Amino acid sequence: MSAKTEQRVAKVFIWGGGAITVTILIGIVLYVLIQGLPVINIEFLTTPPQGGLTGEGGISTAIVGTLYLLGITLAILVVPGIGAGIYLAEYARDNRLTRAVRYAVEVLAGVPSIVFGLFGFALFVTALHFNFSILSGALTLVCLLLPTLIRTTEESIRAVPRSYREASLAMGASKWQTIVRVVLPAALPGIMTGVILCAGRIVEETACLYVTMGGSSGMPTSLLSPGRTLSLHLYYLVSDTRAFDKAMATGAVLIVIIIIVNALTNWLSHRFVVKMRGGK
Amino acid sequence: MIRHVVIDRTAKTVVIICASVSFVVLGAIFFFTFREGLPGVQEIGLANFLFGTQWRPGQELFGILPMTVGSLLVTFGSMALAIPIGIACAILLAEVAPYRVTRMIRPAVEVLVGIPSVVYGLVGLLVIVPRVREIGGSGFSILAASLVLMAMVLPTVISITEDSLRAVPKGYKEAALALGSTHWQAIWKVMIPAARNGIVAAIILGMGRAVGETMAMIMVIGNSVIIPTSPLSQARTLTGNIAVEIMYAAGTHRSALFATGVVLFLIILVLNSVAVYALRKGVKTSGVS
Repeated sequence: MSAKTEQRVAKVFIWGGGAITVTILIGIVLYVLIQGLPVINIEFLTTPPQGGLTGEGGISTAIVGTLYLLGITLAILVVPGIGAGIYLAEYARDNRLTRAVRYAVEVLAGVPSIVFGLFGFALFVTALHFNFSILSGALTLVCLLLPTLIRTTEESIRAVPRSYREASLAMGASKWQTIVRVVLPAALPGIMTGVILCAGRIVEETACLYVTMGGSSGMPTSLLSPGRTLSLHLYYLVSDTRAFDKAMATGAVLIVIIIIVNALTNWLSHRFVVKMRGGK
Repeated sequence: MIRHVVIDRTAKTVVIICASVSFVVLGAIFFFTFREGLPGVQEIGLANFLFGTQWRPGQELFGILPMTVGSLLVTFGSMALAIPIGIACAILLAEVAPYRVTRMIRPAVEVLVGIPSVVYGLVGLLVIVPRVREIGGSGFSILAASLVLMAMVLPTVISITEDSLRAVPKGYKEAALALGSTHWQAIWKVMIPAARNGIVAAIILGMGRAVGETMAMIMVIGNSVIIPTSPLSQARTLTGNIAVEIMYAAGTHRSALFATGVVLFLIILVLNSVAVYALRKGVKTSGVS
């Protein structure tokens, strides 16, 4: 086979790979949206699930549960996560301990969600007696997401050019002033991208919540009441009922949320790149 | 001036406290899972636990071999499909496709990452499981699980492979082209060998994601505790084993589930260490022949 023919064959395979990937995505998204969107109406969004084998009712409590969990998880997560990122990027000395910590963070980012679920179940649900609750779920998610947030924060702070810090220090600013007034504003879109990434994960996550949140379909009244997110609701619909249309509708809501979150992340990280290049 | 020094010191302390809290929490996860799993393994015996072929909590039989085999088979099954497709797609994005096309494929790959695993499970249950049932068996099978998992690991393989292809110095490709090779020869004989470490990392991180997937697997694999004999057999994964049973487990059973978590932990530890090492080494600058 001549080199030219070989190249032609190879390119067919390469374009084939791309085509399969795009087909899978469009297939999943269209399938869920086409089956799910017609089921969605105001009533579906505003009534609570009725439970039972038929899966009557809507998803109002799951929406509230998701928002509740999102708010609480982010509120607990943001300060230690960003703080640890700042520490690793700006303060930590480059010694064996720092490298070990960085390595541990990297490995933990890959640990399966269900293992975090086990940990949350043992510590928050059982040992600390938070029982199956939104609080247990939120704390478990904080553990799951800390590594991601620490890494994205550290990376975006490191991407800020050295000259920014040197200019600020040369003008007589202290280290902390430099971090707060120069480095963090420059790194902000990158850090925001990390936070939104975490928000997306909170919406997607199921396994670790399945074993910590209890899955009650009632309206959550406090931090210690059990609840379910949209993803968990979808799972319960599939495993306990025959209401696949309702599950599809819930899936459609989730996919719309994820597409919005992705658009937001892309827009922010684009701004970050422009900013780092010194543009407006 | 003094005020600034005080603020500086306080700020540093606060940052260090934040960092310590994070690191202590992360350390606690290692510690807690091991501590809960240890008594069970001591009671069952390590060999019985790892290589026992029976998992019957009612009869105090706790062998995880069927689940380990199940996890390995779906992982290899999905990777066998995802590696060729993913690498082809990555070459397309990094080298072949015009900007107009990459600008459309890349967001598609990002959305694939974001779709919740339960949605993959649902689509698998309604679309793939019935098709597999037409071939034979109940449809809930290793084959169905591998197909669902393939879609879930593709983005990992694609994005890391693409990054590592882009990290290959431009001079390599230009030198190959200047010597008269075709674009494909330059990609296959020069760029891919140079990006080898990154591609290895992409495959291993993809495997990590496949081993760790839980909900989508529970929904399409059938969850029977048997050592699967064909792609159409039902099976159960290590992750699924934990999720299905932890809520009502007690005593040795509960501890055995934590030990299953430890096994997953160790698998990921090994896989990620190899991936981190491969990524650190980055682009091979020597040995390109």
